[in-house]
Amino acid sequence: MRNTLFAILVLFVAPASASGLVPPLPDGLQESKKQETRETPALPLGPRGAKAPPSLPPGLGGEQSGDDRLADVESWADKLGIHFSGFGEVRAGLRLQNDPHEKAASIGEARFQLSLEKDLGVGIATLTTDAVFDPVLDDHQINLETGNGWIDLREASFLMRPTSFADLKIGRQTLTWGTGDLLFINDMFPKDWNAFFIGRDEEYLKAPSDALKLSLFSEIVNLDMVYTPRFDADRYIDGKRLSYFNTSLSSPAGQNAIVVVDRPSDWFSDDELAFRLYRNIGNAEVALYYYGGFWKSPAGQNQATGLARFPRLRSYGISVRRPILGGIAHTEIGYYDSLEDSTGANIFTANSELRLLIGYEHELAPDLTGAAQYYQERLASYASYIGSLPVGTPARDKIRHVLTARLTKLSMNQTVTWSLFFYYSPNDGDGYFRPKVSRKVTDNWTAEIGANIFFGAEQYTFFGQFARNSNGFVSLRRGF
Amino acid sequence: MKKIALSFITTVVLAASAQAMPVDEIVTKANHASYYQGEDGKAKIAMTITDSQNRTRERAFTILRRNSAEGEGSQKFYVYFRGPADVAKTVFMVWKNTKRDDDRWMYLPALDLVKRIAASDERTSFVGSHFFYEDVSGRSPTEDNHELVEETENYYVLKSTPRDTGSVEFSHYRSFIHKTTFLPVQIQYFDGKGENYRTYDVLKVEIVDGFNTVTAARMSDSRIGGNTEMRYTGISYNKGIKEDIFSERYLRNPPRRELR
Repeated sequence: MRNTLFAILVLFVAPASASGLVPPLPDGLQESKKQETRETPALPLGPRGAKAPPSLPPGLGGEQSGDDRLADVESWADKLGIHFSGFGEVRAGLRLQNDPHEKAASIGEARFQLSLEKDLGVGIATLTTDAVFDPVLDDHQINLETGNGWIDLREASFLMRPTSFADLKIGRQTLTWGTGDLLFINDMFPKDWNAFFIGRDEEYLKAPSDALKLSLFSEIVNLDMVYTPRFDADRYIDGKRLSYFNTSLSSPAGQNAIVVVDRPSDWFSDDELAFRLYRNIGNAEVALYYYGGFWKSPAGQNQATGLARFPRLRSYGISVRRPILGGIAHTEIGYYDSLEDSTGANIFTANSELRLLIGYEHELAPDLTGAAQYYQERLASYASYIGSLPVGTPARDKIRHVLTARLTKLSMNQTVTWSLFFYYSPNDGDGYFRPKVSRKVTDNWTAEIGANIFFGAEQYTFFGQFARNSNGFVSLRRGF
Repeated sequence: MKKIALSFITTVVLAASAQAMPVDEIVTKANHASYYQGEDGKAKIAMTITDSQNRTRERAFTILRRNSAEGEGSQKFYVYFRGPADVAKTVFMVWKNTKRDDDRWMYLPALDLVKRIAASDERTSFVGSHFFYEDVSGRSPTEDNHELVEETENYYVLKSTPRDTGSVEFSHYRSFIHKTTFLPVQIQYFDGKGENYRTYDVLKVEIVDGFNTVTAARMSDSRIGGNTEMRYTGISYNKGIKEDIFSERYLRNPPRRELR
C-alpha cells in the first residue's frame, strides 16, 4: 500500500520537487518519470478530438512549407513612383416609356478613365481624366466646366502639407462634406444630377470643383476652407438629356426648350467661399458650416433676357453625427439666405429656405443594412411667395417633406450588392426609386443592372416632373 | 496513514497549480500575442480568397494599428486598400472600444466621402473573405468562458464557450496555443452538433523587431466552402505612429510615409 501510494506521489510530485516539499528524485528516474508526466497530464482530460494537435508552422520549429512566396504587393508602377489606375466601361439605358421631348436612349456611353498619381516629395499630384464616347448627346464640344464632350476632367490637383497642422489641395478636385445620404444641405459643392438620374456610377453624382482647399487641424477644432475663384454650378437638368417641367411654358419640356443660363463667370468676383468647422465631442461629430456664393442650380430668371440665373446665396448650418443604439444617427440643418430676394416677394428669384434632415442607419442582419431619413425644405416667407405668384401658376407647399429609405444587401461572399434607395414626398405625392444589383464577376469585372423610376401625381413637382425620364440601365466595367 | 493521505492531497493540489498556468493567464497572453504586440504596428497584407469552385480573388491592403494609451485594450486601426481596382484607395478606419461598440468609418475617394458606418455583427465577413471582422481585430477574451482541456508538448489546448450563445454561430471553439510564444496556431470552431466547420491555421511565424509574428495564416470554412489566406509583408513595430493618423484628416489624405 505504502509503495503504491509512493509511486502515485512520485508521479505527481516530480515537477513540484523544486519547491523542496519532497526530496528530488535521483537522476535517471527523474528523467523517465518526467516523460511519463507529460504523457499523462495532471490536468483533467478534455474530450480528445479525433484530430491530432496541429503541427508547428514554420517559424515555430515546424517544417518550411513549400509555398513560401512572399506577397509582393508592389508593382513596377509603384516602384516608378507613379500610381496608375482606372477603368473601362460601357453603360446603356433606355427610357421605360415614351418621352416626346427626349430620345428613347437615356444613356449609351463608353467611358475610359485613367488616373495617375505621383508623389513629388513636396506634395502629391493627381490627374484623373475620363474619355467618353456618348452618342445620346448630339453636342460633343468639350466643356470642362459642364463635363460636356469627349473629355471629362475629374481631377487635376496638387496636395501639400505646408506645416504639420495644415493640408492644402489646389486644383480640380471632388469635394464632399455633410451627413446626408444622397441628400445635401451644407454640401454646396457641385452635383451632377444628370449623371445621377440616368444611372451612371454614384461617384458621378459629384462634379469636380476648381478650388483651393485649406485644412487646418488643432486639438480644439479643425477648419476646412474652400475657395472657388470662379463659380462652379451643378450639372443641372437642362433638357438636353432629361425632360423637366418648364415653368415659363407651364408644361413639360426637353430638347425643345433647353435651359439657357446666364452663369456668373467672372474670376475672383463671381467666386464661392465655404467653411466647415468641426470636431468630435465624445463620440459625436459636430460641424458648423458657412457658404457664400450662388444657388448651385438655376433658381431665378433674368426678366430682361429670359435667361435662367444663379442668384446670390449665403447659407449657414450645423450637423451632428453619432452612434446611437448600435446604429448611426445624424442630423443636419441649413438656412439658405437668398440674398437677392430677402423679402421673398420677387417671383424671379428663389426664396430663402430652412432645410433640415434627420436620419438613422442600422445593420438589420449580417450583410443587410437599412437606413431612413426625414428631410424638409421650408420656405422662409411663404405669404410673400404666394402673393407674388402669377395667377394660374401652381404653388408649392410651404414645407416640402421627403422621406428616404435605403436597403443594402450583400450576398455570395459579398460579390453581389443589392441596393434600393427610395425618395418619397408625402406632400408632393411624388417619389424616386433607385434599385440596383451589382455583381463583381471577378476582381476586375463588374456588371450592373439598375433603374431610375420617377413618379408623381403632378408634372410640376420635384420628382414628378421627371416621370417620363424613368429608365433602366446595364453596365459592364473592367477596372485596372 | 491519514497523514500520508492528507499530504498526498496537498501535494497533488500544489503540483497541479505549479504545473498548469491559470487559464486566464494563457488567454490574456494569447490575446496579447495575437493583437497587441508593441505600441503600434504596420503590415502589408495580401489576401487570397478561394471560393468553393476554386476561383480566387485578391485583396491588398496595409494596416496601421495603434494601442490606445487611454482605455485598456482599446486600439485604433487604419486599413488602406491597394487593390483590386474598384476598392483601391478606399480607407476603412476602426476605433476598437472595449466598453462600447467600435467606431467605424469608410472613406470613398471618388466621392471624397467620409461615411460613418454602423457597428455590424462582428462575425460577418471582412471584405468578402473567410475571415470575420473579429478575426482581424480580435475577440474580447471576456466574451467566452475558457477551459484548459489539454496540454501537449507544444500547446495549451483551450476550449472556449461563448457567454452569449445567441450572438455567435459557434457552440465552442478549441485553440492550440503555442506554449512559448502564446500564439494560437490553430483554432477550430464547432457547431451545435459538434462538427468542426471552420478552422484557422497559422502557416508561418517570423520574428520581426523581436516579436513573434504570424506572417501567413489561413481560414477555412466548410459552410461556405473554400478558404482565405493572408500573407503579411513589410511588418514593423513601434514605428511611433501618432494618434492623429486615425482621424478624418488622414482618411481624406492618407499618411503616405506611415503606409510606405
